Amino acid sequence: MSLESLLIVGAILFCIGLYGALARSNVIAVLMSIELMFNAVNVTFVALGRYVAPQGLQESIGSVLTGQVFAVFIIAVAAAEIALGIGIVFAMYRNTESVELTEATQLRH
Amino acid sequence: MLFQDIAFWVMSVAAILAALGVVLVKDLFRAALLLATVFVAVAGLFVLMSAEFLAVVQVLIYVGAISILIIFAVMLTRDVQRGNLANRLQVPAVLFPALLLAALVVVVVATDWRMIPEGEQQRVALVQTQSASVLGEGALEQAGFADPASREAAHEAGLADLLIGRFVLPFEAVSVLLLAAVIGALALARPSRGEG
Repeated sequence: MSLESLLIVGAILFCIGLYGALARSNVIAVLMSIELMFNAVNVTFVALGRYVAPQGLQESIGSVLTGQVFAVFIIAVAAAEIALGIGIVFAMYRNTESVELTEATQLRH
Repeated sequence: MLFQDIAFWVMSVAAILAALGVVLVKDLFRAALLLATVFVAVAGLFVLMSAEFLAVVQVLIYVGAISILIIFAVMLTRDVQRGNLANRLQVPAVLFPALLLAALVVVVVATDWRMIPEGEQQRVALVQTQSASVLGEGALEQAGFADPASREAAHEAGLADLLIGRFVLPFEAVSVLLLAAVIGALALARPSRGEG
């Protein structure tokens, strides 16, 4: 286990999530792919916080936790995103009886 | 060290295979279960990276809440589901992430990272697992915190200290964001007036 291997795992997860978000046509599958990308970014932040020396390491040992703080914020934003996303999926399903992205065309003029 | 390496490889391979399953499996319900597997594997990676608190948060929020929400969404919209069809953008959808992955790997390998010195690793791990704040003076001294000032600093160091200290502004912003998200989700999910 090294910094490089952890970062590469994060990059692979992110790219798999990106592929899913681009290639799937089901809204729920796209939401799942976005969650994958959030997780990949979290892995990257925590790995960098674990191995890379922060700017103020000599002054305060607490600054090694900065990466984890970022991950906490990302988790909070991901929770907000999924709550809103599921709400939008249900609203779309109510109006169009479908969860396919290709059929979400009501906003077109 | 060997055990850590084995655990790292098991977790990473499990996470990557399950992630591939999430984006490739046709049945959405199975994809949601595989997504929960990815979350658990990533929680394992967090433990390996001495981020125990985050691992617990990951299990509580991702595995406990987000997976369940997604499974609810899959089940409530199931009757019209025609499998998890891929859309028409297959070639760019494969090409762009593949190029991005290549670029990221090159950057990761080519960058000269400013690593935490070998001698500091143990102390850093103690602070990152939040265990420095509960250890006694003697144990901290043994772990390499020689002078009293550094022991004091290790005692005070913690996620909460950073969250309501240096990062208090983003912390407040996130709380407002969560409130807005809750209100927005309520407004979206409630049936509109007249429909009952």
